[in-house]
Amino acid sequence: MFNSSPHQRASNSVSNVMLQVVYAAIPGAAALFYFFGWGVIFNLITCISFCLVSEALTLKLRSQPTAAALKDNSALVTAILLGLALPPLAPWWVAAIGSIFAIVFAKQLYGGMGYNPFNPAMCGYVLLLISFPVAMTAWLPPAPLAEQSASFTDSLSLFLTGRDLDGYYLDTYRYNADGFTMATPLDQLKTGYSMGFMNDELLSHPVFTDFAGVGWQWVNLAFLLGGIYLLARKIISWHIPVSMLIAMAVVSALMSLYDSGQTIGPIMHCFSGATMLGAFFIATDPVSASTTTKGRLIFGAGIGIFVVVIRNYGGYPDAVAFAVLLMNMAAPLIDHFTQPKVYGSPSKTPEVHD
Amino acid sequence: MNRGNDIIFHSSYQIHGGIHPPENKAQSNQSPIQDLPIPPQLVYPLLHNDRPLTPTVEVGERVLAGQIIADGKEATSANLHAGTSGIVSAIEEHSLPHPSSDKGQCLVITADGADEWAPRSALKSAFEQPREALLEHINQAGIAGLGGAVFPSHIKLASQVETLIVNAAECEPYITCDDRLMREQASELITAIELVLYLASAKQCVIGIEDNKPEAIAALEEAIQLRKKETDLDIRIGVVPTRYPSGGEKQLIELLTGQQVPQNQRPSALGLLVHNVATLYAIYQAIVLGQPLISRVVTLTGDAATKPGNYRVRLGTPINWLLEQTDTQPYERCVMGGPMMGFELKDLSAPVVKATNCIIAAGKNELSEPSQALACIRCGECADACPASLLPQQLYWFSRAKDFEKTRDYNLFDCIECGACAWVCPSHIPLVQYYRFAKTEIRAQDEEKRKADAARKRHEFRTMRLERDKKERAERHKKAAEKRKNAAQSKGEVDEKKATVADAIARARAKKKAAKDSSS
Repeated sequence: MFNSSPHQRASNSVSNVMLQVVYAAIPGAAALFYFFGWGVIFNLITCISFCLVSEALTLKLRSQPTAAALKDNSALVTAILLGLALPPLAPWWVAAIGSIFAIVFAKQLYGGMGYNPFNPAMCGYVLLLISFPVAMTAWLPPAPLAEQSASFTDSLSLFLTGRDLDGYYLDTYRYNADGFTMATPLDQLKTGYSMGFMNDELLSHPVFTDFAGVGWQWVNLAFLLGGIYLLARKIISWHIPVSMLIAMAVVSALMSLYDSGQTIGPIMHCFSGATMLGAFFIATDPVSASTTTKGRLIFGAGIGIFVVVIRNYGGYPDAVAFAVLLMNMAAPLIDHFTQPKVYGSPSKTPEVHD
Repeated sequence: MNRGNDIIFHSSYQIHGGIHPPENKAQSNQSPIQDLPIPPQLVYPLLHNDRPLTPTVEVGERVLAGQIIADGKEATSANLHAGTSGIVSAIEEHSLPHPSSDKGQCLVITADGADEWAPRSALKSAFEQPREALLEHINQAGIAGLGGAVFPSHIKLASQVETLIVNAAECEPYITCDDRLMREQASELITAIELVLYLASAKQCVIGIEDNKPEAIAALEEAIQLRKKETDLDIRIGVVPTRYPSGGEKQLIELLTGQQVPQNQRPSALGLLVHNVATLYAIYQAIVLGQPLISRVVTLTGDAATKPGNYRVRLGTPINWLLEQTDTQPYERCVMGGPMMGFELKDLSAPVVKATNCIIAAGKNELSEPSQALACIRCGECADACPASLLPQQLYWFSRAKDFEKTRDYNLFDCIECGACAWVCPSHIPLVQYYRFAKTEIRAQDEEKRKADAARKRHEFRTMRLERDKKERAERHKKAAEKRKNAAQSKGEVDEKKATVADAIARARAKKKAAKDSSS
């Protein structure tokens, strides 16, 4: 066998890169579990099982080596990202269908690891959002606001059968103390705007008690913490998350200046919904993102702009998945136009002679 | 490291990318350079830079050390000299020190143990000789770039430049032959620098060296200071951070001057000439000692080497002789060159050649085992590491898809094959191999195209010529035909006249006859 130079390598590997992403997701997952209960864990377990099994089976059908591919941990990361994005206590088959679609259709049918143009977890998520909009927007209230919280066994029963041990549906758990159905802060705003309410009235709702919504702000801060870990370990580069967050802040600030009554403010944008999960864990998926330095800045900024625009004007409360998929589509084009200046190549800006 | 003199400076320029692999220099740079005993047989591949050399001696002939035994017709080849006295015992197929592990024509000298030298011709008072004489001397001595490119030095030296840059970076891990040479032969190197400055009409010299060689820096500084007391010299030492591949010619230039060599051009475009330390020492040997290039310093290192260090080895010495003489243990793999750009040797009967700077006899797990490459995840680590600011992930994609036009668009030919991309790749893809493949394919296609173009031109010319000949022939025929016709016509006109006259006569006669008949 012919060994090409170099004969030494740095001690990094795809499987380690992926594993670091998994570790970095732990704080965010813990925060979600704290505020939303056992459903988060059930979703994760279901997604991981279905993703790994789908990956193994499709690889087998494609006559590809199974063990080596599973060891790269990429299916595990897809599973975790999808699991974290799903509403807790959505029926188990939601997680299952999303996982199968993400791995089989969005990843393996394109050629598997490295060949998928779209982020598999987000493909799975969007499929579910479009197919099962009710189940996919039925978020539980964060623990501090919940009238009653589901025990482990009630949660498991809800997850598997749609009813708790006493026969109540999920909606029972979604009422708050005032007897209203709880929604996520972004959902709350979206519905409020469409009914003609202004920010002043909407933001007095108990959901918005702190700076970006009870629970959600802590979830976002926890994902931010994980993101900082990824940056520190050089698993991701800063370009995509930073440009995405700056774009979100700038665009939403400008929109607030224009219409302060019915647009979501920068802080709410950055610390609510899936923003931090999206910025550090989803948009940074290298396979489907832009690969040049300049391209990554554009890619991230594009996602940020789309998120703000879709959240304000789109039909769905959150927008990270749509924004990421839209920019995935643009990535090859961005890469083409953002090639770095090669050593010794004539500089693109013409020299000024006087 | 500001020592209050103007000899040493730390450059603040940077290159894009680069990596910092484990240096592994301490194993081999602790002891002085030792002479390796001359082997019983010396083997000389009749190749220089993959182009054939022609032997100038016959099998059975006795040769002396330093005698020319082969030369090349092409400008890019250099003379080959006998490394010791002995008999030319064969010209035969032998393993080559080449990545392909192929065999090729080699000239074999069986040493007689006398190590008798051909008369050495040092150039007396070199600085008073015309440049041409020095260049010819260097040409005769068979000196070529000992940094690895083995481009004939006299051709490079023929250009006139502003600045000489001495490549003393030695950025590859493991290799320490230049380091030891600088520590031990600093003043000889300064003499060589003066000679090259004279040859290239250059005004100044900068020695580019990585900051992991403080002893070499100190030795050079001392030698420069000593020499400065005697003569006015502008030689400085530019210290660059230890970061692979600072010793790439283009990278070193950028690190020291902040300028980039324009694409598809040579350093002379910037008024620069770059020579490696070992090459300079060879120039010193040739001009001052009258000794052609018959030996070089080779680093022997690796976990299997029980006596790692630097050895002065006669060119042509089989590598297994080097390993035997140094009691090297059974090794796992053996690499010629450094771990980043060297190649694995399969047959150790292959000899040391001018490009051989290092032999790594690697122990178990010392070098990375080739592992199953995974798919590229486009993480971009390679682009961050690339010293040429290329996009290795895209080049890989296009090379793999055999989309060679695209690889060219993405500047494949600016790749210096340093291996930084493959070193960082988390998917363990042998990227450099893909680039070499693509380059070879493109060169082959270009050659094919050139041949096809030439053939097409020949064909077109032939068709044109045939057409022209045909036309000319037709023209000639036409002319001839016309001539004949004219001739025939003019003849015909005469006949017509005659006929008319005859007719007239006949008519007159008939008339007369009729008149005669009616009157009678």
